[in-house]
Amino acid sequence: MTARLNQMLYVLVAVLVALLFTSLVLVLAGASPVAAYWYILKGSLGSWTKITDVMVAWVPLLLATAGLLVTFAAGLWNIGIEGQIVLGGIFTTWVLRLLQDSTMTPALIIILAIAAGAIGGALWSALAGLLKVYGGVNEIFGGLGLDFVAVALTLWLIFGPWKRPGIGSMSGTEPFPEKLWLPTLGHTRLSLWALLIGLVSAAVVYFLLSGTYFGLKLKAVGKNPRAAHLLGIPTTRYMMSAFLLSGLFAGLAGAVQVTAVYHRLIPAISSGYGWLGLMVSMLINFQPLWAAPVTFFFALLNIGSIQLPIMLKLDSSLSGVLQGALVLSFLLVGGARQRHLARRQVEEASHE
Amino acid sequence: MSSHDIIIGLAGVLFAAAPVVFATVGETLTERAGIINLSVNGTILLAAMASFAVAVSMHSIWLGFAMGVLVGAAVALLVAFSSISLKQSQVAVGFVLTLMTRDLAYFLGNPYMGLQGPRVQSLPIPGLSKIPVIGVLFFNQDPLTYLSFILIGVAWWWVFHTRPGLTLQAIGERPEAAYARGAPVNKLRYIYAAVGGALVGLAGPTYSLSVKAGWKGTISGLDGIGWIALALTIFGGWDPVRGAIGAYFFALLQWLGLVLQPYLPNVPSQVLQVAPFPLMILTLLLVNIGNAEWVDRTLAGLPPDARRTIRKILRWMQVVPPASLGVPFEEE
Amino acid sequence: MDIELRHIHKYFGPVHANDDISLTIPSGTIFGLLGENGAGKSTLMKILSGYYHPDAGEILIDGKPVELQFPADAIRHGIGMLHQDPLDFPPLRVLDDFMVGYPKGLTLPRTEARQALRTISEQFGFTLDPDAYVGSLTVGERQQLEIARLLWLGAQVLIFDEPTTGISAQQKENLFAALHRLAKEGKTVIFVTHKLEEVNQLCDRVAVLRAGKLVGEMGPPYDLDGLVRMMFGKVVTKGERMVTPLGKTVLQIKNLALEDARLRIEGVDLEVHEGEVIGLAGMEGSGQRHLLRACAGLERPVEGKIWLDGHDMTGKGYHDFLRRGVAYVPAARLEEALVPTLTLLEHFILAGEQRGLVIDRQAALEHTRERIETFNIRGLPHSTVESLSGGNQQRALLALLRPGLRLILMEHPTRGLDLESAIWVWHNLKRRCREERTAIFFMSSDLEEILHYSDRILVFFSGQVSDPIPATETNIEELGQLIGGRGFEPIAEVQP
Repeated sequence: MTARLNQMLYVLVAVLVALLFTSLVLVLAGASPVAAYWYILKGSLGSWTKITDVMVAWVPLLLATAGLLVTFAAGLWNIGIEGQIVLGGIFTTWVLRLLQDSTMTPALIIILAIAAGAIGGALWSALAGLLKVYGGVNEIFGGLGLDFVAVALTLWLIFGPWKRPGIGSMSGTEPFPEKLWLPTLGHTRLSLWALLIGLVSAAVVYFLLSGTYFGLKLKAVGKNPRAAHLLGIPTTRYMMSAFLLSGLFAGLAGAVQVTAVYHRLIPAISSGYGWLGLMVSMLINFQPLWAAPVTFFFALLNIGSIQLPIMLKLDSSLSGVLQGALVLSFLLVGGARQRHLARRQVEEASHE
Repeated sequence: MSSHDIIIGLAGVLFAAAPVVFATVGETLTERAGIINLSVNGTILLAAMASFAVAVSMHSIWLGFAMGVLVGAAVALLVAFSSISLKQSQVAVGFVLTLMTRDLAYFLGNPYMGLQGPRVQSLPIPGLSKIPVIGVLFFNQDPLTYLSFILIGVAWWWVFHTRPGLTLQAIGERPEAAYARGAPVNKLRYIYAAVGGALVGLAGPTYSLSVKAGWKGTISGLDGIGWIALALTIFGGWDPVRGAIGAYFFALLQWLGLVLQPYLPNVPSQVLQVAPFPLMILTLLLVNIGNAEWVDRTLAGLPPDARRTIRKILRWMQVVPPASLGVPFEEE
Repeated sequence: MDIELRHIHKYFGPVHANDDISLTIPSGTIFGLLGENGAGKSTLMKILSGYYHPDAGEILIDGKPVELQFPADAIRHGIGMLHQDPLDFPPLRVLDDFMVGYPKGLTLPRTEARQALRTISEQFGFTLDPDAYVGSLTVGERQQLEIARLLWLGAQVLIFDEPTTGISAQQKENLFAALHRLAKEGKTVIFVTHKLEEVNQLCDRVAVLRAGKLVGEMGPPYDLDGLVRMMFGKVVTKGERMVTPLGKTVLQIKNLALEDARLRIEGVDLEVHEGEVIGLAGMEGSGQRHLLRACAGLERPVEGKIWLDGHDMTGKGYHDFLRRGVAYVPAARLEEALVPTLTLLEHFILAGEQRGLVIDRQAALEHTRERIETFNIRGLPHSTVESLSGGNQQRALLALLRPGLRLILMEHPTRGLDLESAIWVWHNLKRRCREERTAIFFMSSDLEEILHYSDRILVFFSGQVSDPIPATETNIEELGQLIGGRGFEPIAEVQP
């Protein structure tokens, strides 16, 4: 069997296992799997509007994933990504609020706001980085704690200093005037500018990790920091750079959410794209080339499952179950495959 | 607040801490064996939902608890299987599972949202519960709280004072040496993953059938507790007693949040609820900073007395993980 | 118990580590197993102790075939092994370590264990404090603990894998006495080594392995030249001691003091010259590594000064030392020196000079090919470093060091290497001393290596450092005595 065929078979088996598991869950919930999958497809690819909706979700997910690939290259689990998206949203909102009544041209205000978002994400990420690099606090726990703090910060802002005239509510801050929205394509919700930011970021990360000294050194730090140090690489500086870059992309995701999607700050501004980005990164085994297509597929599942509560009275968290099952199945089937290959190698050697 | 109110409140803290104690002690046992089960947060949610659903539809609290324990053990075994037998990263698998079980809980729990269900009744110990203060605190609780007290003691005794406990320390510290001395390392790792996972699972029904009875989906207020339990495992230096003390401290903090709420009308309640998280970071910083290389370097530049004093303090706070935590062991 | 191995085969991937080995080992004797690193001795012994199971062949105890699936089975049959790096638990106390692996009961048999440890220690003249931490013991003491433990468990067959590495002359004498005693009591003692003189001194019979095959057996009196031929298949010589004329001072250390939680090293004064090789001798954990690391800026001294070519480097970090031409090569190659999953090519890119942002893969590939050729590395530019053998990893590490260095600091330059690779490594290092005027500072637990390659030797004993001893004015015996503490001041209490 050729290697390519083997690889395709592996992907096929993994996908089938994940679908089988999700179908079982659906049956358990008393629903028809076929109907559920059909509505997910229809709800995501059924019309041009739906497809552009998928792309609206695709952009922040792609940005988060691009950022995560940088930290993963350095061997870091940037669980704080959710909080970094949130801070991106907060910083963007802050600049928009500051400048919305100024005489500056709207385009400039939007650019400044998006840049501020990137900085906000990077700063929040740097915090997790400092805790990890100088405080020995595992980035999983440092980042996670900062995620919760970021959400609390959003709530405090929405119900406190930035509350709507009258009374603050879970629906978020007062929407910005339309001139401060990123322009969208026709009657859709999709902003081509946002799409551009997403695709360029993914390309930058791919280039950075595959062709530059920076990427290679980052990998060395990730795989063996002690050896990297002895090879003359300033490991702490590289780890901090990874955190900063990752936070920068996450912050961009938050900025896009505010300027292109919600046009205000809402409590769930990150929409869980950080967590989802972590899942995608694991699914693609941290290879940047696959980031764009797989994030598109995950965005499709997210958008498609919005139909489920309406059509089948099912919770839309089914998409999370299916996504989780996919990642898990790839990990497990991948492990089983490697085990099988290793065994065969031993057998071949002893039968020479 | 009267002193009586405070004692009732503290009794409530012991009661509310029980599930956190279960999860922390469970994870401590698993990690002592060398396995990180990162799925705790999602596991607690899924176990809470599943046991509530079973208890409601079967009209049996017992079956509900059995379900919770089963869910916890099953998820942990999946982590163990993928790392021990399939050589996959424990962190990756645990993390996927923590997210997936959470979504599973929300998805499958949808029909049970807001239903009325059974709950565990309190069980004052005759005689002892009448002792002033101590009786209210320790002997006027529900069976789960008693179980949490007993568990702390038993786990501590098991780890540090029994022969299998010594083997447990050995397989987490240096599995190849434990194996050479006849310990079936991977079998034991499976067992401790399952036992620890079962305890984590127990935390689920302890919430949904007792401490926060019912299932309310995303607003059940359980999301995040698993991560606290994981951090407490580190904070406790992989010692069940120290971990449990952390759990009580966490519950105390949450209670204080509720007590202080009326005095801070401008702060949304969600903000006070996250107070444990920055504190979690701070405590992890305190117990880990002694391991940082720059600290050593800076200390070397200080005068001898200051150097030795600071070193002593750092070493006292410092925790050192089992040397083989998260590292798979391949038996020939 | 008599042991018989029949047609044992063992593969590791494509490597045939044991190739049809048959041996008979009678009880009541000390049986030697001789071979150089990588000959398959440890593999064979791990099979006998149940740690590995053979791909083919059988094991007989007292004529009856046994199935040793796990170490637990071997222990039940009375077979115990002391591994080269003692398999114990540094964070545990001696008594707890002693009890790990005790087969029965729920509670810990503390009283019984304490009693047994004392009795056995008295019998063999061991000095073990049951309440000390294992991590604070010397390698010799850790071996004693293992022997005591195996005897407590009723071991009848004891396997010693290279037990004389890293212990002092005195400890070696004690060990050999213990082995004789064990054999006299009727136990089966298997002694694995690569040192001829130890076989000559100790063994009642010896079997020689080479490249996974059994090449022959011999009884005393031993024909040492014959044994060498069996070990290597040819005559190998280490070459003459080379003396390089010394140049000006490279490294100067004055009144240096280093400290960690357990150890304090103080008052080190030294001048190292261009082209000079200085060997650091001592038992593991006596402070050599601290000094080596401090000379690279990897550890900060608490007192004293370090100059490199006249520049004050006190308190500076490793990368400052690196810029001044210092390189540090640790012993744990895959853990500390190389980056697993990265290829040789990527390593040479990382170690080379960075030009611009984007990597020129073509140029790097040519450079890598040239280095692989020059340093005779068996591997391709796209081989990952973990797929290389230990000897080739060490060659790669040397190839990564840029030419013209002022000072190379090395932990155990030849640990785990076969003789050919070991000789090659030193050949390369000495060439750098001669042609590039590089000074070399290394630690080793192999006293012969230290004596043969150093110009001057520093001996360490629990944090105390001897004055430099010219290698021509000392010998193995004297060094063995020194690392055991003879000739040092009585140990001052170490301040915690």
